[in-house]
Formats: sequence, C-alpha cells, structure tokens
Amino acid sequence: MVKGRLHFSPAGGHAKRSRDGRIGASRSAHAHSVWRKTLFILGLTGLLIFSASVIITLGQVPMTVSEVYRTLASQLVPGGYAVDPLVDHVVWQIRLPLILGAILAGFGLGACGCVMQAVLKNPMASPFTLGISSGAHFGVSVAAVLGVTVLDGPYFLVGNAFVCALFCSGLIIALSTLKGATSETLILAGIAVNYLFQAANQLFSYIASDEQRTVMSYWGMGSLNDLNWNSMLFLGSVSAVCLPLLYCKAWDLNLMTVGDESAKSMGVEANRIRVLIMAVASLLVAAIVSFIGVIGFIGLVAPHIGRIILGNDHRYLIPAAGGIGGALLLIANAVSMNLLRSVVIPTGIIMSMIGVPLFMYLILKGKRREFWS
Amino acid sequence: MINKLSVENLNFSYQDKRILKDFFMAVGDGQVVSIVGPNGSGKSTLIKCIDRILVPTSGKISVDRCDVVDMHRREIARRIAYVPQNALRVFPHTVFDMVLMGRRPHLSWKGSAADEEKAWEVLQRLGIEALALAPFSDLSGGQQQKVLIARALAQDTGVILLDEPTSNLDIWHQIDVMQILRKLVRRRKITAIIAIHDLNMAARYSDRIMMMKKGKIVASGRPDDVMTGENLEAVYGIRAMVRIADDCPFVIPIGRIAQKEN
Repeated sequence: MVKGRLHFSPAGGHAKRSRDGRIGASRSAHAHSVWRKTLFILGLTGLLIFSASVIITLGQVPMTVSEVYRTLASQLVPGGYAVDPLVDHVVWQIRLPLILGAILAGFGLGACGCVMQAVLKNPMASPFTLGISSGAHFGVSVAAVLGVTVLDGPYFLVGNAFVCALFCSGLIIALSTLKGATSETLILAGIAVNYLFQAANQLFSYIASDEQRTVMSYWGMGSLNDLNWNSMLFLGSVSAVCLPLLYCKAWDLNLMTVGDESAKSMGVEANRIRVLIMAVASLLVAAIVSFIGVIGFIGLVAPHIGRIILGNDHRYLIPAAGGIGGALLLIANAVSMNLLRSVVIPTGIIMSMIGVPLFMYLILKGKRREFWS
Repeated sequence: MINKLSVENLNFSYQDKRILKDFFMAVGDGQVVSIVGPNGSGKSTLIKCIDRILVPTSGKISVDRCDVVDMHRREIARRIAYVPQNALRVFPHTVFDMVLMGRRPHLSWKGSAADEEKAWEVLQRLGIEALALAPFSDLSGGQQQKVLIARALAQDTGVILLDEPTSNLDIWHQIDVMQILRKLVRRRKITAIIAIHDLNMAARYSDRIMMMKKGKIVASGRPDDVMTGENLEAVYGIRAMVRIADDCPFVIPIGRIAQKEN
C-alpha cells in the first residue's frame, strides 16, 4: 500500500491528493456510465424513429420517406403541402396506426416484463406469468365456441380477451394475497391457474368446429393487422395511466430486487408494492394482448437485453426495456408483412425467429454477467 | 443515560411456536450491544421485530421514545437501519447503486445530487470508493458486508441493527467489520445492535452483551460480567474457561454437557 503510493508520487506526502485522485476516478467513471445509459436511451429513440420512417414506406403502395413526412405535416398545417390522396389515406388510415401500435404494444410488453421480473425477483418471469395469455385465450374461446361476448360489434373478441385476462390475473393476485403475496406464492398461483385455463382452452378446442378452431388458433399466433385509431385510442389511454405509474416506482423496484427484508428495512412496503405493480402491469398487458394476441417473447427478452446492456437500475431499465420491446415488435411486424409478397406471416412467429437468435447471442457474448452469480 | 431504543413485553410466534416471550430491553445512545445465544434462541427474530420486518404479536418497541408499531415504514427507515446477513443477488446492482438505495427513506421518487453526494461520502469513509462501479455479486464476502454497512450508513439513522455480520468472514475481515462498527458508534453516537455467534468477537468489541435463550434474556451487562462459565453452561450447555487478557474476557471451550431433554 505504502509502496504503491510512493511509486506513484515519489515526492511523498501527497497521500491526500492521490486518495482524492482515486475518488475522482470512480466518480468520473460513474458519471461516464450514467452518460452512456442516457446515450443508449437516446440512441434507441433515434432507432425507433428511423426504422419507423423506413418501415412506413414499405408495402403495396410505394412512397418515399419525404412523402410520408409531408403527408404527416399536412394534417398539422392543412393545405401547406401538396399530397397524393392515396398516399394520405394509406399513411393515415393503414400504416401509421399499425406502426404506432407496434411501438406502443412492444413498449408496454417490454416495460411490464421488466417490472414483473423485478417484483417477482425472478429472471424467468414475463408478462404472462400471471396467466394473462391463457386467460385471454379463454375469453376468445368462449366467444368463438359458445358465442358469449361482452361487447357487440367488431370488438367482440377484444372485449372477451380483455375481461378474461383481467379476471385470470385478478384471481391469481387475490389467491396469493391470502398467503401474504410473496413472489413464490404469486408465481405458483400463476402457474396453477394457467394450467386450469389451458385445460379449459383444450376442452373448447376439442369440442369446437373447424371454423371456430381457426379463429382460436389464428388469435393465438398474434397479429397486429387489426389495429386502427380506435384501438390505438384505448391502448394509448391505458398506457398513459399505467406506464407513468410503473415508472414512478422505479426506485422501489431497485430495492425490491435485493430482497423483501432489505426493502422493508429501507421503507418499502414490499408486499403492497408487489401487488400494485402486478395489478397495474397486468391491466396494461391485458389491454395489449386483447388487441394483438399472444406475442409472448418480447416481455421476456426485451428486459433481459436491457439488463445485459444497461445493468439493473430500473430508472434507466424501464424505458430501455420498453424501447427495445417497441423496436423488436416494429421490426418483426415489418418483416412478417413484407417477407412474402402474397401472405402475411403472423407476427408472433417472426418475433420468435428474430428474437431467439438475438437473445442467444447476447447471453453467450454479452460482457455483463446479468444474473445468477 | 437516555434510552435510544426500548423493547417492552415483546411477544412473537411463528405459527404456534413462541419465539420471543415477554421480552424486555433498553439500550442507550452510542453503544455497541451484542446479542448472543444458541441457534433458535430468537436473536435474528428480535432484530427483525425491532425493524418491523416481522410484526410482533404484542408488545411495545420505541425509538427516540416514539412507538415503532404505529410508525409508517418510511419513518422507521429514517430511524433504524438493518444490515442483513447477505443480500439477494438475482439481478446484481453496482456497489454505488446499492449504497444509494439507502437514501430511499429520505427522497422523493427520484434521487437528487445531495443523495448521490451522501453515497460517495459513505463509500469514502469505509474506504471502498474504488469499488463503486463493481457489480455487488463480484465482491468477496468481506467487501459485500462492508457495502451493506455502507448502505445502512447512507440511511442516516440513529440505530443500526446487524444480523450476524461476521458469520461468513475470515478473521481479518471479522476484525475489520467490528472495528468499523465500533469507530462509527464512537464518532457518530450511533447505537449498534448486533446478533452475533462469535463470543470472543462480541466480548472484545461490545459495550454490552445480552445473552439469550429460548426467547428470553438470561444475562445482560458488561462483557466481563456476562461472559462467565456459569452463564455459558446455562445458556449454551458447554463447559468453558473464561480468561482475561488485554482487559477483555475470552472464552476457551472445553466440552459440551450431555443434552437433557427439556
């Protein structure tokens, strides 16, 4: 120790300065890491805007990026730009809701997966741990086979999926609260109720006619094709309530990951936060799933990609996981719509095909040891 | 002496097993108090009850003459800090982020520059500022324990509770941790309550020792009053010699006494 100091400052007697120098080094390294995280999130925003601009031009009606932006601007400044009415219609009525919907849904799934992993203290948790997918599927089965629907009109599947998904996760949260809402009871109750609803789905699919079975299995693959401004309005308003609520608990989520006892000792009501986060995230995921079906992989993989790149500070991780989820879903959807000329491949399939190799690469090559130390 | 912390009539049960029975204690300002006793005597449970991590069945706990049972959890966290034996490491954080967590009871939903400053100051005081960006899970046991103590210090409380802080450490780190604690208690008038197994460590570094058995205090007082052959026999069921060296009692175990069934 003394030798080392002498080595670095031969004049001697500069103990304080060399000490301060070391502190300075840690501090500037910390400031640098904060800056890197901010930069990553800004870069992610840039990537989203860039890929959205490119993807919106793809499809059967050809157009350029500048045409798209002129069309968008002309809605804000009426008559300011000359716009092709066909391009205007395609951009505003078909492609823009699809692209915004993909980003919004991906963002919600990524962010919800991230907070659920934190409160369940489990890297294998995903938005579907609480049985939302099988609950929503149950709702669709009920609509398809029994013809019992909550809503009439074009949204009858959506309404059923949403209500049943909420019922399913509500049941799980209520059951586990009886036992103190620890992460173990939530996960176990989730798995158990999931099996129950899966069994019901299998029963329905067993008795269903071919036509009914097609509706059920198509919904199960996940697709964004039905998104329009009405569904965007609903998704947007649920997100506008849920996402800020989740983000303002970012600090508590950091504490939750070090264990309930420690979290409590630092002033966090661990069980209450867990139930709150699970309820809010389930609401958002149920809304997303009821519109786009089960595209499950994003909610597991986007948070982990975020953790590998940024670490586990949820103040940065929540927006990063959301952004990554948004980008993944946006790109997967673009691929699924444009890969084959005549057929649209369900987005969920493409999602797994793109996401799994990316995820495997990051697990094997990622520098940061993310979990399981 | 002003009572910093007092516990009256405390009872706690896991299901139908009573762990703490009408427990009393009072601790003054600026003391290191060690709680010793055999496994299952209720040391850790006591500590968790004081911080209301576990909710006692009945009894009164007060800090600075305020009742802990009625307090908001955040309010407790501003007065009492808790150092667990080890931290969960599912999603590892950097050392700096770990220490910054200790500021949680003092801040609004996001951290401020003053809180970060406080975290740096604590890291510097414990001499671990060079580890600030290392992942917590990469550290050695001794370093992890220091980080957890740093987090408790960042919490800025008058009372620190420690649950077996030296159990997983080698002798150098055991002494290191105990000296750090004693220095902090002396300089900053903190009260430290330590559940600990090592009788010699407890005797050397404590102002007071409480010996517990089956949820009750058997003996309490200065180390040389409590560490006696009779007490060790009664509490632990061992035969031991107690010698004084360097003004401090130390225990030389000789053998166990054949166990009687209650």
